[in-house]
Amino acid sequence: MTALVAGAKSLGRARLFVLLALAGVLILTIAQVITGTEDLTSPSTAGAALRLAIPILLAGLGGLYSERAGVVNIGLEGMMIAGTWFAAWGSWLYGPWYGIAFGMLGGAAFGLLHALATVTFNVDHIVSGVAINILAFGAMRFLSSISYGSETGGSVVQSPTVQGIDNVDLPFLAGGNILGRSTPDFLGWLETHDWFYVSDLAGIARGFMGSVNWMTIIALAIVPASVWLLWRTAWGLRLRSCGEDPWAAESLGVSVLRMKYVAVMISGALAGMGGAFLVLVQAGIYREGMTAGRGFIGLGALIFGNWLPFGVLSGAFVFGFGDSLRFRGPDVVRSFILAVAIGLVIAGVYAISRNNVRRTVITGSVGVGFLVFYMLVSAVPNQLLSATPYLITLFVLAAFSQRLRMPAADGARYVKGEAH
Amino acid sequence: MKGGKLLTTVVAPLIALVISFAIASLVLLLVDIDPFFAYSEMWKFGTTTESLISMINRAIPLFVSALAVAVGFKMGLFNIGVEGAYLLAALVAAWVGALFSVTPVLHVSIILVVAMIVGAAWNGIAGWLKVKRGVHEVISTIMLNFIGFSLSAYLFLNFFQEDTGSLITATNLIPETGWIPSLNPVLGWFGVEPRAGSELHGFLVVAVFLGIFYYYLVSRSRFGYDLRASGVNASAAHASGINPKRMIMTTMLISGAIAGLVGMSTLLGFTHRYVQDFPSGFGFAGIAVALLGRNNPVGIAFGALLFGFMERSSLILDLKDVPREIVTIFQGVVVLAVVIVYEIVSRYAQRRAVAAAARATAEQENDREVVAI
Repeated sequence: MTALVAGAKSLGRARLFVLLALAGVLILTIAQVITGTEDLTSPSTAGAALRLAIPILLAGLGGLYSERAGVVNIGLEGMMIAGTWFAAWGSWLYGPWYGIAFGMLGGAAFGLLHALATVTFNVDHIVSGVAINILAFGAMRFLSSISYGSETGGSVVQSPTVQGIDNVDLPFLAGGNILGRSTPDFLGWLETHDWFYVSDLAGIARGFMGSVNWMTIIALAIVPASVWLLWRTAWGLRLRSCGEDPWAAESLGVSVLRMKYVAVMISGALAGMGGAFLVLVQAGIYREGMTAGRGFIGLGALIFGNWLPFGVLSGAFVFGFGDSLRFRGPDVVRSFILAVAIGLVIAGVYAISRNNVRRTVITGSVGVGFLVFYMLVSAVPNQLLSATPYLITLFVLAAFSQRLRMPAADGARYVKGEAH
Repeated sequence: MKGGKLLTTVVAPLIALVISFAIASLVLLLVDIDPFFAYSEMWKFGTTTESLISMINRAIPLFVSALAVAVGFKMGLFNIGVEGAYLLAALVAAWVGALFSVTPVLHVSIILVVAMIVGAAWNGIAGWLKVKRGVHEVISTIMLNFIGFSLSAYLFLNFFQEDTGSLITATNLIPETGWIPSLNPVLGWFGVEPRAGSELHGFLVVAVFLGIFYYYLVSRSRFGYDLRASGVNASAAHASGINPKRMIMTTMLISGAIAGLVGMSTLLGFTHRYVQDFPSGFGFAGIAVALLGRNNPVGIAFGALLFGFMERSSLILDLKDVPREIVTIFQGVVVLAVVIVYEIVSRYAQRRAVAAAARATAEQENDREVVAI
């Protein structure tokens, strides 16, 4: 019953997610019209945002499984680092699809280590996560030095170039092939017609569906699959019960320890897959430090998304979009800031209708602040832009921490048979 | 009780070290390298005068960083944000220090105070967010680290960087009055004459004082009592009149102020300016050292020296065809091993204490029965 209610709630959230996304695009369009740029809703921006969002999404989903089972995982970064190294190694030896499998196994191995420390030995979860991050970095560097060090193109800090995963155009919508025949590019046709909002929506959709990577499709499919798995199956209910109240779960016959082990290993595998994406789709090579804190941003997406799959997805998109702006011109960044300002002012007005004076004042003034920033600043420096995901996470936490709800026993110390 | 304490503070780290050496040896054996050859080469190279000086120099920032982390740990606060705080503090302190020149001691003090203020302010944000908005400090300090990296890169490239006339991007050179002199003359009194270019950083003196200050603060002061009480049982501490919010805020500020000093031995003793590749990573390594030293200043000093020794002595391995990265594996393993072993040992000590108490009670009962008869 609980599972059903939660599932329905989660579906409601999915609808809300779509509505908010549509509204977001509308605001972006308006901002574009005002500033006279077009790149904000172009397929290339959308495509880049998607590509940058996927590793964050996978890391965030990794965090979701672990924390839903009650194990805080700040070792995501280390598991992702393992994923990058093993993915490159697998692809180098056997081919790209093996790369994904190796990356996931590498991440899962560090997940196992984290589970061993936190579940079996009851080490503090944060401490273990920090240790995992340090260990993964060192271990991968060691592995590079003994495997890639003497290869052509390889060194202690990078692998030779490896084969990546292919892209596809989706048929009918973005002009992809099906059974060897080409299909019309419907979205591309819409996009070329400069119709207000419609063409912008089509442009973004075209960016998502034209030359999509297979791995992207798989990663996106994991989101609804996780909703189903965690909220619609008995196994999912058991997993979540370990994160909410392991003692009660134990009394109902759930094997809490095994559940936590499985969850943390899934977590590592997903983070490892995020690392594999970086190697096999974005870079085509392993480089030390290529994760650049994305595991931590994934953690941010998890919090931003209130420990829900579609929430993680929206967090990953927000951060991926912010990241993609770094590679666009300063105009695009400015029109994005204008869009943020408009969005905040609208949220402020909405708060008036709810009679929430405090929130009106805060949201409204932040929105006006962004407007002033928009009018005064002609270009936002890249160094500051790279801080946006972290700033957004802090802001969301500071503003909504009362309304975010993490699993009740997340990070709690659990010893089997200790319940009273 | 005494035995239990000895077990957890001394025996646990020792077992962890043995395990870590065993694992590192195993890894070396797997890639066909004789571990004893590697260790003996490291020992030979690591115990020369120059290496020992380098070891201490490398240990200083780790020691300071670990103290910053440990202050938080004592009350159950995780300050992961030392990394961002010390880089930002080093940049601002380098910039301020290069603006003027006064008498040496005063100049150095001003630079140190600036660094402490910046560090405290930066980590204070996390304290404020926790106290006022209920944001967990682990997440906020992780985010603040990255924001700190971006902010310092931005400030450095746009405002603080000066034309040095060469290819290195750096801030202006701090005038010589703002330098901390090396301790080589002191070494000379003891007849130690290191080769040219090998200098023992004078900041060592500050670090030692910081260690003593930490000891008195945590173990001998009212604040330290409150700190430890809050760490052991927050609600009991609250009930006994300790204001938890104020404790969190104060602890974060102290931790941040110490964190601000992490980069100072490098800045004032070596580079004398903030350079683009200013050494990073001390903040994260400091967490490892604090865990290794069990938040005890002497333990932390040992941990920092061990890490310093490993890093210095591993330099020889490249010449001997042994992957130097074995040291980073060792450091990672030792942290995980120490926390796991500590957990097991303290459980064992607890069981022993419970058993001893049970025995004592049983004996008392027996005595009473005898009297009754």
